[in-house]
Amino acid sequence: MTDEPVSQSRRGFLRSTALAGAGLVAGAASARAAAGPDPKITEVQDWASSFGDAVDAAPYGMPIRFESHVVRRNVEWLTESPVSSINFTPIHALEGTITPQGCAFERHHSGAIELSKQDFRLMINGLVEKPLVFTFEDLLRFPRSVTTAFCECAANGGMEWGGAQLEGCQYTQGMIHNMEYTGVPLRLLLEEAGVKPEGKWVYAEGADASSNGRSMPLEKAMDDVMVAFFANGEALRKEHGYPARLVVPGWEGNMWVKWLRRIAVYDQAVESREETSKYTDLMPDGRARKWTWVMDAKSVITSPSPQVPVRHGKGPLVITGLAWSGNGRITRVDVSLDGGVNWQPARISGDAKPKALTRFHLDIDWNGEEMLLQSRAMDDTGYLQPTKDELRKIRGLNNVYHNNGIQTWWVKADGEVENVEVA
Amino acid sequence: MSKLPEFRLTAALVASGLMLGSLVTPAIAGKLGLGREALPEEIAAWDLSVLPDGKGLRPGSGDVATGEEVFAEKCAACHGEFAEGLDSWPVLAGGEGSLTDRRPVKTIGSYWPYLSTVWDYVHRSMPFGAAQTVSIDETYAITAFLLYSNGLVEDDFVLSHENFTDVKLPNADGFYPDDRPQTEYPLFTKEPCMSNCVAPVKVTKRAIELNVTPEDSDGRPAGSLPPIGAQPDKAEAPAVVPPPAETQVAAASPAPAAAPAQAPAPAATPAPASVATADPALIEKGMTVFKKCAACHKVGEGAKNGTGPVLNGVVGAKVGAVDGFKYSKVLLDAGAGGMVWDAATLDAYLTDPKGFLPKNKMAFAGIKKEDERAAVIAYLASLGK
Repeated sequence: MTDEPVSQSRRGFLRSTALAGAGLVAGAASARAAAGPDPKITEVQDWASSFGDAVDAAPYGMPIRFESHVVRRNVEWLTESPVSSINFTPIHALEGTITPQGCAFERHHSGAIELSKQDFRLMINGLVEKPLVFTFEDLLRFPRSVTTAFCECAANGGMEWGGAQLEGCQYTQGMIHNMEYTGVPLRLLLEEAGVKPEGKWVYAEGADASSNGRSMPLEKAMDDVMVAFFANGEALRKEHGYPARLVVPGWEGNMWVKWLRRIAVYDQAVESREETSKYTDLMPDGRARKWTWVMDAKSVITSPSPQVPVRHGKGPLVITGLAWSGNGRITRVDVSLDGGVNWQPARISGDAKPKALTRFHLDIDWNGEEMLLQSRAMDDTGYLQPTKDELRKIRGLNNVYHNNGIQTWWVKADGEVENVEVA
Repeated sequence: MSKLPEFRLTAALVASGLMLGSLVTPAIAGKLGLGREALPEEIAAWDLSVLPDGKGLRPGSGDVATGEEVFAEKCAACHGEFAEGLDSWPVLAGGEGSLTDRRPVKTIGSYWPYLSTVWDYVHRSMPFGAAQTVSIDETYAITAFLLYSNGLVEDDFVLSHENFTDVKLPNADGFYPDDRPQTEYPLFTKEPCMSNCVAPVKVTKRAIELNVTPEDSDGRPAGSLPPIGAQPDKAEAPAVVPPPAETQVAAASPAPAAAPAQAPAPAATPAPASVATADPALIEKGMTVFKKCAACHKVGEGAKNGTGPVLNGVVGAKVGAVDGFKYSKVLLDAGAGGMVWDAATLDAYLTDPKGFLPKNKMAFAGIKKEDERAAVIAYLASLGK
């Protein structure tokens, strides 16, 4: 694992093109040069002569219009109602590890509500010495911490249990985002109320009509769970739970309760609708796993992928992707070009933080022949991302949740990419 | 909990002195004295949870027959009169023995482990769009009716706080705590194979054959990155190249010259001339508000009646007059009496659906904000027939 971008294959590429002579690499930019001087260079362009926008043209800036395709998208047939539905982060179009709030996936069970800081109240009750009510201003007076964490819906990839189904990692792995949060450790709020010895479970619920209540063991609540009010340096967005949400690093997104209104300590799990009827994993024998909170190690190549075909022809090709684990830190990512027969290590770019998205890159010299691209992550517990068939062998086809199997992209000779499975 | 990898990892880090401390904060000596004590009335209003052992149940009762009536009024619009589920709304009854099928039917009778979950969820979060409007006795009655629908009690059954915990659901023992650390992690914790790991592979399944991915107008998967080579041309002529259809709705104003043409009427038939002068911003806002309605009401070309009737051309139409929709008696009577959906009647209906037309079957609490009602009415008026 090194951060050096120069790979063996790239040096090989440079040597081979030098021998073969220039002009063999297809592409828009080089084609223009072959036809004569580029007018974008030889002619004075408007933007090089006249004014651009004044300051304050956009007091809060949005992405430039050329990026208007980089938006959340949904799959309408998945759900009956758009207020109890999900959309997908355009991970195929993003780089690095931080997900901008404006395109980070949404999952609501009863719509995104507008809750002001003035109207916000957080109650802590149940098996505590003194039940408390906090205003938003109270929360701002507790010591803060900062943490970066991925939030992945337990059903991310759930449509792929039966086989390849959707074209693009936005749809197959895009129920995920990764932000830097600032807030109050839940532990401090619980200590303020004083947890009684018989209190074993912590239940969190939201202020929206669904409430989306979830139970977690007291140990987790006292460990790394946060009541967050900033994400990526600014206030949470409405759709992500403004003014305060729960951050539960490494655990399924459904537990990251938004528009938080109540924390309760009980002697047992509440066994709410969201932890019985939903978010339980049906096994082949007809029984179901419950309390499957942790998101296991997983990775996906975000480019090339069905929404990002290779349009430049053979030669240097950047393969980029994301890896993450709810059990810790990503220690290695391997990439296969032949559907899992042979593998080579990819480069981990930047920090590999625990329970956070990690970026990997592999620079290759593509020979223009078709490839079956796969990536495979390993975390610091030694867990190696399994294939989908390895998971199906244990869990069958009706598990719905926690599909962390290896994704295959079929890159064809013309550069188009399909979601496939191989055997 | 020690079997969880989460805690195993934490313990290991602490033991080795490598605790990362992502949530480390300054040590605080004792409590900060922030917040105030919650009052009993406040806790009673917010702590509605009912636990598997019955803790949290409020005193009350309800019988199957009453439950059937309440269910028909408040729940059947989505879940069907027999809890069989309309369209793709959740099926609440049946499905016994289906959990090993390729298409399992997970219902209260076949899947849910605890009756407390039913009571808790109905009382706290249903009906969809009008949560916390079911009374305690109604909740007991609906729960009793759902037990009856699943063949678990007789039709004279009465459920109350006193006999609640006597009821055991059939799948109570069908769940076990996460065992991945024991059953999966040992299998998947191994040295990575790097070469000749499997025999050469072939493509066995292609997503493209299912053809269920949302597409852009060019037939590519929606959101495909545009070719960089083609982009500068678009950039040079923003006024004539329309942005992708979906960004016309989402973007604030990507191309000012084209803005007046962006009055959003997605997939709807052309708007009547009378509303061509309507405020596009109000209509756009109305389209956002309409998301609250879209669960049940479809609009636009090819829209079909769902849980609620199609709303194309509703403004100016007689009440209760959409072909093929099964209306409640009160709406049919209103239409027969000459009532028409105009700005005034729609506003009154949307302010308080059950108050304005009692016993109608729309399970919706109404829109409290006047500006939101005006916007959604403007949006509906912009839709053609």
